[in-house]
Amino acid sequence: MSYCGILFGIQPNTNKTNMIEIKDLHKSYQMGSNSLHVLKGINFSVKAGELVAIMGSSGSGKSTLLNILGMLDVADSGEYKLDGVTIKDLNETKAAKYRNKFLGFVFQSFNLINYKTALENVALPLYYQRIPRKERQEKALKYLEMVGLKEWSHHLPSELSGGQNQRVAVARAMASEPKVILADELTGALDSTTSYEVMDLIQKINDQGNTILVVTHEDDIAHMCKRIVYLKDGVIIKDEKVKQVRASEYV
Amino acid sequence: MRFLFDKNTWQEIFGSIGKNKTRTIITVIGVLWGIFIYIVLAGASQGMDNGFEKNFETVAKNSIWAWSQSTSMPYAGYKTGRSLRIKVGDAQTLANRIPEIQYISPVNTKGVFGGEAALGVRGMKSNSYPVYGYFPVIAKMATQKIYDGGRFINEEDIEQARKICVIGERTQQELFDKDEDPIGGYIRVDNIYFQVVGVHKFTQTTPFGTDGDIYMPYSTFKKLYNTGENAQYFTIAAYDDADVVQVEKDIKSVLKSIHKVHPDDERAFGAFNLGEIFNKIMGFAEGITFLSLVVGLATILAGVIGIGNILLISVKERTKELGIRRALGATPKEVRILIILESVFLTTIAGIIGIILGAAVLSIINQLTQDIEFPYTNPTVPIPLVIGALAVMVILGTLIGLIPAQRAVSIKPIDALREE
Repeated sequence: MSYCGILFGIQPNTNKTNMIEIKDLHKSYQMGSNSLHVLKGINFSVKAGELVAIMGSSGSGKSTLLNILGMLDVADSGEYKLDGVTIKDLNETKAAKYRNKFLGFVFQSFNLINYKTALENVALPLYYQRIPRKERQEKALKYLEMVGLKEWSHHLPSELSGGQNQRVAVARAMASEPKVILADELTGALDSTTSYEVMDLIQKINDQGNTILVVTHEDDIAHMCKRIVYLKDGVIIKDEKVKQVRASEYV
Repeated sequence: MRFLFDKNTWQEIFGSIGKNKTRTIITVIGVLWGIFIYIVLAGASQGMDNGFEKNFETVAKNSIWAWSQSTSMPYAGYKTGRSLRIKVGDAQTLANRIPEIQYISPVNTKGVFGGEAALGVRGMKSNSYPVYGYFPVIAKMATQKIYDGGRFINEEDIEQARKICVIGERTQQELFDKDEDPIGGYIRVDNIYFQVVGVHKFTQTTPFGTDGDIYMPYSTFKKLYNTGENAQYFTIAAYDDADVVQVEKDIKSVLKSIHKVHPDDERAFGAFNLGEIFNKIMGFAEGITFLSLVVGLATILAGVIGIGNILLISVKERTKELGIRRALGATPKEVRILIILESVFLTTIAGIIGIILGAAVLSIINQLTQDIEFPYTNPTVPIPLVIGALAVMVILGTLIGLIPAQRAVSIKPIDALREE
């Protein structure tokens, strides 16, 4: 898949520095008079080029962790460094700029804008980077081609299958050339065959040196990553490297 | 303000409103209707205003006619019921004592207020016509439309008491043949030959004018009918900025002092005050204009509030979309601008279409009222009012857009994304 590297123009971070560094992260939610302590001191780091699964049952705090990593939510205490930049004191404007520059999101429910075509959806993060329209569309088309949907670029999300929609979402996450891609239950709404197709795509993107974090509760999906972080009741109970199962074996 | 001129911003906005067509159309209709009503009402009231103005355009709007009657109170040794006669010389006294008077001219008539009309004869044709003795200055107070080739009475006519006359349109039709040129022709008025120097078109220049009459120089009239220094009435025009009610009072009190009439005698002198009536009518027209302005603006306001309402609902519908945009890097400011610009853009477009439709309807009304006897002319809305209305709409559109825009950014992106 070496042609992809040329295509993406991404330089893999070879010196394996820490892309994500988290120290003693705490987060609790106020539920009326009760305080719900969701994250109880998370410490972990992700090196550039890793493909990490965060696993846990519902209520384990994995989504909260991902939201904090994605700057959609703010931790109560602790330190968060993204590619050496300390993320703190975020207001909405700053958070939006960081998200735009550093992060790509893939969601369980795709979260595509329903009145925009696949191409326009992929081009949207680039719009917020103030990239001119023509360049935006060229780039978006390039990433759609990468996920194998070039022929579908002018279709609305409603005209595409679930797997196709998720591939559009992946292309959109890639389009802004982020430092880290965060995927929240990205196969949650897909059947297993389609899930493996999408995971195959994720693996290929990772092969190019992109750092990817996948939140999942499915064991088979987790084992398609290179490392699994098990979360339970707001703490990491296990953090292990695994032998990657290639999704292409199932496709 | 850079975003306003950013092509990308507008592409985003066109994308958003173009792809939600039903919402866009419903939104637009509210404001469109508002501005349409406003334009039609404002134009119609302006048309009525113009119509009234036109009805009065041939006569000085500050005109007053004053005449003498008989006393109703004894004064200075005179008994009550004394019949009064205004004199030619009174005109000069009035002009000297009342600075607001621009023009004043005595008029004598025969056959207008009772009395026998003059017999006009030409060859075998004859009829009776009211006769007016005029000074040339009359033309300055009541526009005289004289047909081509003719002229009005001039100063020399007065000095030499020439036997010339200006005849009405109907007089011409009755005494002359159709293809005959009346100018230079002679008619006999009460057995004296007069040369016709002009034919006047009928215009309502006095409350009692007609088109079948004969005008002659004042001095000629005086000789012909032995009126001496007596005058029948004064035609008076006050300056435009004068208070016509006060001028009327002054005229009467000066006349009373000249003719030794009790200052409180209300019946000694009569007057017809066109200025006062004109002011009342124009006041009415202004009231209508004001009313239409208020109604129109209220309708626009209702329309804009409608836009705000629909945008508020649409923001709720679009919570997820806006959450996605923010997750992808839209700053709160960019989201706010997107919503406000949508509001302003829709309001402006609706406004422009409304103005065009309103103008179209006004022009149709204008066509329909062209030939009917109704004070309605040239219904237009002044450009400043149109621009003002547009400005009001853009401002209101911005203000009303602030509410949904604020709502859009008040939801955290994480909550917005969770919304299903």
